[in-house]
Amino acid sequence: MADQNPESGSTEPGSPAASSPEQDAATRADTAPAIADDETAARLLNAAGERVPNAELEPWASELDAEAIGGLYRDMVVVRRLDAEGIALQRQGQLGLWPPLLGQEAAQIGSARALRADDFVFSSYREMAVAWVRGARPEGLTRAWRGISASGWDPFTVNMAPMQVIIGAQSLHATGYALGIQNDGADAVAVAYFGDGATSEGDVNEAMVFAASFQAPVIFFCQNNHWAISEPVGLQAHRAISDRAPGFGIPSMRVDGNDVLAVFAAMRSALDRARNGGGPTFIEAVTYRMGPHTTADDPTRYRDPAELELWAGRDPIRRVEALLRGMGAFTPEFEQQVADAADTAAAELRAVTIALKDPAPLSVFDHVYAEPHTALEREREQYRVYLEQFEPPEGAVQAADDAESTSADNGGAR
Amino acid sequence: MTVMTLGGAINAGLRAALAGDEKVMLMGEDIGALGGVYRITDKLQAEFGPRRVVDTPLAEAGILGTAVGLAFRGYRPVVEIQFDGFIYPAFDQIVSQVSRMHARTEGAVTLPITIRVPFGGGIGSAEHHSESPEAYFAHTPGLRVISPSTPQDAFTMIQQAIACSDPVLFFEPKRRYHVKGEVDIDRPLADAAPMGGAHVVVPGTDVTLVAYGPLVATARDAATAALAEGVSIEVVDLRSLAPLDLETLAASVQKTGRLVITHEASGAGGLGAEVAASITERCFEYLEHAPVRVTGFGVPYPPAKLERHYLPDLDRIMDGVDRALGRFGSETAVLGSEVTR
Repeated sequence: MADQNPESGSTEPGSPAASSPEQDAATRADTAPAIADDETAARLLNAAGERVPNAELEPWASELDAEAIGGLYRDMVVVRRLDAEGIALQRQGQLGLWPPLLGQEAAQIGSARALRADDFVFSSYREMAVAWVRGARPEGLTRAWRGISASGWDPFTVNMAPMQVIIGAQSLHATGYALGIQNDGADAVAVAYFGDGATSEGDVNEAMVFAASFQAPVIFFCQNNHWAISEPVGLQAHRAISDRAPGFGIPSMRVDGNDVLAVFAAMRSALDRARNGGGPTFIEAVTYRMGPHTTADDPTRYRDPAELELWAGRDPIRRVEALLRGMGAFTPEFEQQVADAADTAAAELRAVTIALKDPAPLSVFDHVYAEPHTALEREREQYRVYLEQFEPPEGAVQAADDAESTSADNGGAR
Repeated sequence: MTVMTLGGAINAGLRAALAGDEKVMLMGEDIGALGGVYRITDKLQAEFGPRRVVDTPLAEAGILGTAVGLAFRGYRPVVEIQFDGFIYPAFDQIVSQVSRMHARTEGAVTLPITIRVPFGGGIGSAEHHSESPEAYFAHTPGLRVISPSTPQDAFTMIQQAIACSDPVLFFEPKRRYHVKGEVDIDRPLADAAPMGGAHVVVPGTDVTLVAYGPLVATARDAATAALAEGVSIEVVDLRSLAPLDLETLAASVQKTGRLVITHEASGAGGLGAEVAASITERCFEYLEHAPVRVTGFGVPYPPAKLERHYLPDLDRIMDGVDRALGRFGSETAVLGSEVTR
């Protein structure tokens, strides 16, 4: 593996580094930059669903036969359906918020399917497809957005930390976890998922310093979805984001994030390097957030419809469907199976989400500390006495009895 | 009993913790070969190796953030923030991540991280090297904040902090690092007083004087000086800033009827305000005078040639005691102001 994808070097046509000062100024003024395209990203499958050669990636995708590719396709269709259901649930008032992942199915499914069960994932809030692959149960995807809890799943059941809202903070957690793996002499790998906006944060940069210094077995997986809420990637980076890592001494790859085969292969090669003591890798998966940042966002205020149309033509699911058709593996039976799996998953997500009960009042004091804390116990007791002044409403007695166990009852993967 | 300095006692406590639990590891800038800029980790890397005592890059958020990940993996990181003023770059990781990961995961993840912070002034140092940032952390749910004032407490409390399953900020009174005292290094940790408790270090009957960390010694001096004037001061060493041991404080104030609180940090929103409000809520009918605060001023920590004016000293504490006793002191100046700007 080369230290850096040669296609993402500084002389790429149209990159700010290769353009004139006038063009540089224009790029700065209009921050939809030259690197907003996906032309320099490595791929195994083009937008038309045709296999394209890539000697670097191919060996790492060799295990993907028709059945395995069909599995990746099914995963992507299912999580797209779950994502749509999440939006619907939010629109119907069942969720406070939802961060759509439409368009990023290949980046998330391809990378997550390459992992081993004992690898450990630290993600942002948009990696619902990764959580799904890691084994989080449906309510794990929605309970935080419903306001039941700050997180969805038991981290040690699915080997995935709770979703992170502070941009980029998890990159340091992944690096620290990787240092622990290293100290333990194990061959697991820690993975940090973050977006293009996060690469502007100090934490991500400090994580790369630590990872390089200690050669930690960590993978920085950046989904460059081109938008940090309303700010285009050009406001975060005037070069390919993958160009940064080599400056830290970390090899990087820039892959087509809408090509599930390329993402899988890139992740596999990085995992192999980390397991064999080769240290960290940075992967930039070039993809596109087709929907809003969250259901509270309105991308029509800041985004050119033509850009959306361009990326719609690069849809990650349609191209795999075309590939499978070409392989004779996209049978009506298979199509029906996948559709049924998506419907079943979505129906279950809806049912378990609506069934989630509000936590008992006194559970607000639970789990702040691992050991007894006098100040908190004082407040809990004071509030308990306060609540007891009121006539208990219907069912409140039961709720109070459940106070200690409510969180576990609703507990995601538990 | 062994006589050692407060700094030496922390070193001995760290050594005991490293020897007692292989999951304990130290992380920080310059803590290895150098032994820390204050030599608190002296010789520990040579003894336990570079995987247990880790020199990190110069990145405070990086130190705290990687400690979070290590704790996820089952380690008990003890991180050194080189100086009080350098903790701010790590502030987000401490208050947004370290403090709440246990709650966010509904108890699944514990972060037994100890954050060592040499704090406070009085050493004639440069800017950002004399700060007292403890109130920021005492304000944040999920964190515990403690500060020792004697070698024995330093030895015991650092081990208690490391053994605690919660994140603990351990504020070391750096101007007292060289103060010597007797330390029983053989006493089992289980026999020590719990980590969250305050101590009455000088018994008295007329005024309760509350201090912690570097000012406990000054408060003791004030008690001695007051006794010569016929005033009996009871000095309480807070030891734990979060949670506060309100039982010990209330018992003292119920006895004396007067409360003076002193700390180096500026007064606004500080520990003194918290102690005054909490004790007033509980002991209003016992108080003979409003609680009095003697603190650093509401200014950035001043240059070395001015710090003796900023830091509460024996005379300023005695002035506070006078105010609590209803004597003249500076009370007129404080309460005579009719206009609040």
